Amino acid sequence: MLDIIGKRFWFLLISGVMVLLGIIALSVFGLKAGIEFSSGSLLTVGFEQEVELGEVKEAVADLGYSNAIVQSTGAGDFLIRLPELTDEAKTALEAGLTTKLGAFEVRGFDLVSPMIASETAHNAAIAVAVAAIGMLLYISWAFHRMPNPLRWGACAIICMLHDVVIVAGVFAVLGGIFGWQIDMMFITGVLTVIGYSVNDTIVVFDRIRENLRKGISPDFAVMVNHSLVEVLTRSIITGLGILFVLVALLLFVGASMQTLITVLLVGIYIGTYSTIGVAVPLLVVWERKEWGRLFHPARASR
Amino acid sequence: MRRTNTIILIIVLAIFAFALWAIFPLDGERFGRQGIRLGLDLQGGLHIGYQADLSSVAPGEERATLEGVMAVIENRINPLGVTEPVIQIQGDDRIMVELPGLDITDVEKERLGRVALLEFREAEVDENGEVTWIPATGTIDGQEKVLNSSYFKENTYVSTSQLGEVLLIFEWNEEGSKLSEQVTGRLIGKPLGIFEGDTPLLGDDGQPIAPVVKSQISTSGQIEGLSLQEARTLSNQLNAGRLPVPLKIIYEQSVTPMLGADFVAMSLKAGIIGLIMVMLFMIIYYRIPGVIASLALVYYAVLLLAIFKLFGVTFTLAGIGGFILSVGMAIDANVLIFERMKEELRAKRTLGAAIETGFSRAWPAIWDSNITTILAALILFWLGSSIVASAPVKGFAITLLIGVVVSMFTAVMVTRTFLRPFVGTGLARRTSLFTPYQGKENA
Repeated sequence: MLDIIGKRFWFLLISGVMVLLGIIALSVFGLKAGIEFSSGSLLTVGFEQEVELGEVKEAVADLGYSNAIVQSTGAGDFLIRLPELTDEAKTALEAGLTTKLGAFEVRGFDLVSPMIASETAHNAAIAVAVAAIGMLLYISWAFHRMPNPLRWGACAIICMLHDVVIVAGVFAVLGGIFGWQIDMMFITGVLTVIGYSVNDTIVVFDRIRENLRKGISPDFAVMVNHSLVEVLTRSIITGLGILFVLVALLLFVGASMQTLITVLLVGIYIGTYSTIGVAVPLLVVWERKEWGRLFHPARASR
Repeated sequence: MRRTNTIILIIVLAIFAFALWAIFPLDGERFGRQGIRLGLDLQGGLHIGYQADLSSVAPGEERATLEGVMAVIENRINPLGVTEPVIQIQGDDRIMVELPGLDITDVEKERLGRVALLEFREAEVDENGEVTWIPATGTIDGQEKVLNSSYFKENTYVSTSQLGEVLLIFEWNEEGSKLSEQVTGRLIGKPLGIFEGDTPLLGDDGQPIAPVVKSQISTSGQIEGLSLQEARTLSNQLNAGRLPVPLKIIYEQSVTPMLGADFVAMSLKAGIIGLIMVMLFMIIYYRIPGVIASLALVYYAVLLLAIFKLFGVTFTLAGIGGFILSVGMAIDANVLIFERMKEELRAKRTLGAAIETGFSRAWPAIWDSNITTILAALILFWLGSSIVASAPVKGFAITLLIGVVVSMFTAVMVTRTFLRPFVGTGLARRTSLFTPYQGKENA
């Protein structure tokens, strides 16, 4: 039988390195907050004639917004991110752009004042934190017949945080290189990843719980490994199923949802991996009180 | 057992038939509701958050003032012909307005939140010849008061002169008459500026309207030079009541309906193709149970749409995230059950035993993971309501919540009920149709 748990320290080492890289990426690049979280205006325009990204950048800078961020949506539209615009300033900017680059249609306009931005960031953080605590409590309750139920909940939540840090790290790099911003689409994606990660962990924990009751092996690690192998097919099949939906979205909706799809692609696979590589190994290490050996993986796994 | 299952099967099919009837045609009307209600991000429209300046309002009167503001905004929205506008008070001093499906112009948007209080001002020229406009005041009962449109009777109307000029005709109320007599009497031969806030009222020609006073005015007057459209709007706003307090836009999101329509079409296509791919995969891998799981997925999609339509749940862009997660969980529930069935079949159980054991063994995992998700969705929905730009979080949570509940129902009721009739038929003995592995090899 495939021995996953025997290599638990290697898995934890790999995950530790990924989390570390994520944290490094976050501290080097930081996350580029979208206007929802940092306030400002976002104007989406589509020109009647073909216009280059550079031309739009230049025109916007000429009109007095040298700090504006201009991006192409891929569908021929441009996103122009500006400081908070008044109605007059917006009218003036639109008139200026028409003079320089020809007629265009305003596809969308967003404006977020600093007060709303900080409130949104604050409340979104609270919502996620409360949801995480709620899940921790429920999992601990669902596994209350197990010895140390809080450990099961804690492992699921640590695993979920592991996924979030890695996804955020990937986005820090994407932000640093391509200027991708953290917007509500990103938050939606992260919420989805959190949901999936915890869901996936619970399914595996459930099998461990069942096998523990059956008493298939006196050795916790052997029993856990047995459970993990039993549900491995399910993890792969479910992951593939979601992959199909994501690929379809990527192909047909594409550019306008690239943030969401990217978060999901990275997050769902990290989430599937981390149940096997983080949540379960961590539970075994915790149950066997092997914390001291964490730093000697090579010796420990023998 | 068999009879119970037949009854459940009939109920399940009846629900499906009802759901199908409810959603087709998708844009048709059922129970007074038309089509799926789409969020502003999908169908286009305008979402504005106003903050009211309540500094001039007496303590304890804030709520009443906000309700007054809401009523005024509602009056202003009605003529725009929006089907399902949402106007609501949020927090202590905010008003959120959602106008779905509307391609609103900047001018219309500005009119929505304008105070519509005209103030009359006189020109004061200093020694350098520079003009400043100061409020024109009169005295009533020893109190100095500014002449403004709050003294208009609510019967202003628009007319045209013989020369074709647009006139906004107004009448002063009692106090206004006294003030007007004093002000116009003093300013004969001099200009009288008309301001809205600190901006001069502009005429059709883009120039400030500042008529020269020809004679003393006491009962009624007229404002010349506005465009017809502007005169009509202003007249309506002066009559239907001005806003009691100034508003400031703190949040705004507008999407053109065209962009939204493209998006819906693309998402629908992606959703259908994604589901078909999942179905093919399930059928190839799981054989007959895969076919049943595919039927369950179709059932799931139809029931979800029906619930969205019948209850008027708003589907947003973020809802797509919730949808994917709930589809994932629907797939997962089936996979869990089938994997368990596979184990049972490998252990040489009969199909009937494998189905029942498969379900009862998979159930705790399905239950725990779904309940955790429902819990998280409820918390997000509840806390999401306090966020001004909350549409995404709420949209995600509500779609996930409904999706998970429906997926639990379909995975268990539909899949199991459809699988049971195979028990005892000739097919049931051919294990290879029910599991990707030959039963023998693993025995």
